[in-house]
Amino acid sequence: MMDIIVISLMGLGLLFSLVRLIKGPKLSDRVVSLDTINMIIIGVIVVIAKVFENAMYLDVALVYAALAFLETVVFSRYLEGKKDGNS
Amino acid sequence: MEIASYIFMTIGGIFFLLGGLGVLRMPDTFNRIQAGTKATTLGVFSTLIGVAFMNPSWIAKIIIIIVFVVITNPIGSSVIAKATYNSKNIPSNLVQDDLKQRGDENDV
Repeated sequence: MMDIIVISLMGLGLLFSLVRLIKGPKLSDRVVSLDTINMIIIGVIVVIAKVFENAMYLDVALVYAALAFLETVVFSRYLEGKKDGNS
Repeated sequence: MEIASYIFMTIGGIFFLLGGLGVLRMPDTFNRIQAGTKATTLGVFSTLIGVAFMNPSWIAKIIIIIVFVVITNPIGSSVIAKATYNSKNIPSNLVQDDLKQRGDENDV
């Protein structure tokens, strides 16, 4: 029961970030919301590891965290190249 | 132990909800960076502490994930803010601009 409440709170946050990802006026807003979505997904993966009692999901969460950081840096470098800042 | 785990996980979920709400509702890009990055750092921290209370044998991997997220998420926030500033996308109602006073706005 409590797991469902925690997953629901995370899902609401994910939904709000997804709205900003879709309608964000500038490209940097989309990069920020993508970073937020990645962090929420790390939390969801760890809660899934707790629900299924399987420690392998923690490795998945660690690799996902590494790839999320790389993705943020690469998108920011791309954003820096575009001087007008429009999407 | 179970009650402490659920308390920490619920606090983490509330922080994730507030982070998403801040990203949706804040007025400009720099405020969205603040809301989206700081709240989710604390959310990951609290959720993983809660899962570590439930399964104490996973503590090593969970500490590795916490250290990685706590190091890389502020770095990502700083990189996004610097790229936003350098793409000349700053809001017009900025009160103070320290980078422009230093004169190295294109120095990455």
